[in-house]
Amino acid sequence: MKRIVYREWHIPPARYWGILGILVSVMALGGLAALYLEHEGHWVTGMNNFVVWGVPHVFAVFLIVAASGAINVASIATVFGKGAYLPLGRLSGLLAVTLLIGGLLILVLDLGRPDRLLVALTHYNLRSIFAWNIYFYTGFVALVIAYLWSMADRMGARFKHTLGVLAFGWRLALTTATGSIFGFLVARQAFDTAFLAPMFVIMSLAYGLAIFILVLMFTFHQEERVLGDQLLRRLKNLLGVFVAAVLYFTLVYYLTKAYGAKNYDLVGWLLFGGGGYSILLWIGWILIGTLVPLAMFWHPRTRRDRRFIAVACALVILGGLAALYVILIGSQVYPLQIFPGQTILDSGFADGIKVADSTYHPSLPELLLGLGGVAVALFLTAVGVRVLQFLPDSLADAELPADTEEPSAGKVSYVDDLATG
Amino acid sequence: MMKHPDETIDQGRRDWFGLAAAATAAVAAPGVILHLASANTAPEAQPASSAVRWGLLIDTNKCTSGCRDCVDACDRENGLDLQTKPPTEAPTAWADQKAVWVRKVKLADGLTGRVTNLPLMCQHCEHPPCVDVCPTGASFKRADGIVMVDRHICIGCRYCMMACPYQARSFIHQPMHDQLTRVPRGKGCVESCNLCVSRRDHGLPSTACADACTAAGKGAIVFGDLKDPASPISLALKAMPSRQLREDLALNTGVRYKGV
Ligand code: SF4
Ligand code: SF4
Repeated sequence: MKRIVYREWHIPPARYWGILGILVSVMALGGLAALYLEHEGHWVTGMNNFVVWGVPHVFAVFLIVAASGAINVASIATVFGKGAYLPLGRLSGLLAVTLLIGGLLILVLDLGRPDRLLVALTHYNLRSIFAWNIYFYTGFVALVIAYLWSMADRMGARFKHTLGVLAFGWRLALTTATGSIFGFLVARQAFDTAFLAPMFVIMSLAYGLAIFILVLMFTFHQEERVLGDQLLRRLKNLLGVFVAAVLYFTLVYYLTKAYGAKNYDLVGWLLFGGGGYSILLWIGWILIGTLVPLAMFWHPRTRRDRRFIAVACALVILGGLAALYVILIGSQVYPLQIFPGQTILDSGFADGIKVADSTYHPSLPELLLGLGGVAVALFLTAVGVRVLQFLPDSLADAELPADTEEPSAGKVSYVDDLATG
Repeated sequence: MMKHPDETIDQGRRDWFGLAAAATAAVAAPGVILHLASANTAPEAQPASSAVRWGLLIDTNKCTSGCRDCVDACDRENGLDLQTKPPTEAPTAWADQKAVWVRKVKLADGLTGRVTNLPLMCQHCEHPPCVDVCPTGASFKRADGIVMVDRHICIGCRYCMMACPYQARSFIHQPMHDQLTRVPRGKGCVESCNLCVSRRDHGLPSTACADACTAAGKGAIVFGDLKDPASPISLALKAMPSRQLREDLALNTGVRYKGV
């Protein structure tokens, strides 16, 4: 029986503090933006009474969705018995928690009354999927921490399988609920579909894994730990499958929307007439975020080159942000159909007037708040891997555990326990 | 059987509003002791009753282009005219950010070209999506059918604004410097038409918009109790065809339209 050894991330202090310094600066800017928003009110943002959720929500939803995708790596090992993923479980859990915290922080700081967080925690409307999400998110953090404990502590080892299965189920519920925040909005044509829930699950797998691979490559590269080609190829291929699946879901989403005559205008607008939104959809989401990385993952010239793999992962992440921008903001900008069959000539409140493209201009504080959340997630990750043993000493292909045929608590053939330095 | 949760909550809140109203009055006016003594029977001490359902009927045939008397009356009644544009903000951005409870809309039928004018405000849905989605329960429906926001527990998440099919809600984007006691307003919360709820609680007969429309000689807005078969609004609804906006959503709105 072979033991996986984990070690703290010991890059030279100067470099480590340099990284933390950069992250803290971005966090500080995000914090200042939040204070500014809180003090001045939301008029300093591009958000208004039509586009009520803007760039901060794009980042927040992205991070939350990616968090539930990041835990997937651990699930593949624990739930699906893929031994090679076993040593990755701890980092997967850590990222899941930190990404979620980053995302939630953005959401909270963007509230009109962030000082009333306590109200949100003590008043629940059980009919609200939003209120449910508060349970899902806090429960997820607690569950993943327990799961991490079961991975790291001998005492916890016997709960690991159960916790792993629970975390897997929970994350599915969480992403479904996150997608449903939008899917349940009957008022808005572009939302109003249960399809958004599974679509968010697929997106989470892609974005979470892309972030995971990048963090893994970066941390290993910085410290010159061995990351086996074979393992990287497996991860990259898996990401390719997820990215292709997102593309498939995107196609089906727009096709099903285009099926109903009442949505012709909407789909036409989003795909072709939506100015910046259409460009973002085609160039950002489809081309840069999907087709280019897929080509890099599979083209014989680039697929073995680590630089290309890293760039492809980064493109998947950018594409994900573009996708969420189109889904979240484009769908709000498109006018509500309050009077089907009628043209709105004039309104005291730009209803239906198709100057839609210009109703929302993202502002700097919004962007800083969003980036601040990303920095918080990365900062917590950087601190985590430095002070605790999250990263396996080596991921050389020869040292990876084999897959277990039937994963179960009793049959795990590798003790994944705490190593002492 | 469980008690209907909405109603228990509404009752409590309504009592609270009554109390708050009484307390405010006590501070504001000296001759109030008398008033307090009779508080048990005063309208503001009564809980909102589910025996009534307040609503509006808008006859678009009587509503004219260019008239905005209802909008102005609403602005005055509810202190919306006290909002000030932040000095450095562009007027176009302010137009999209300031709170608006009722707006005029002018429509042309895509086929016939027939032009219709109408005021659009919160439709006081019987099954309000804004109430369903609100995480804290700040967005609530009173027993008398009025949908409004409890400003003490609204956290400003704006999910209700995403959910409203009529874009009837506004978020207070800017700091407030001046406001009316009967319509408290603070930066960071959401609000919308509440059918002049303070008038309801003082037993007054109508809404500011309906009064203004009548005063202008148009009479396009009728306010009243949809549950009372003898009320003018019920009689008018019975006499002529009317419809709900977005009736496909089956929200059973309290605001009805004639001629759209
Ligand atoms: S019209 Fe909008 S704000 Fe008014 S009750 Fe219906 S959903 Fe709520
Ligand atoms: S903005 Fe206020 S009223 Fe609207 S859903 Fe959020 S907490 Fe509820």
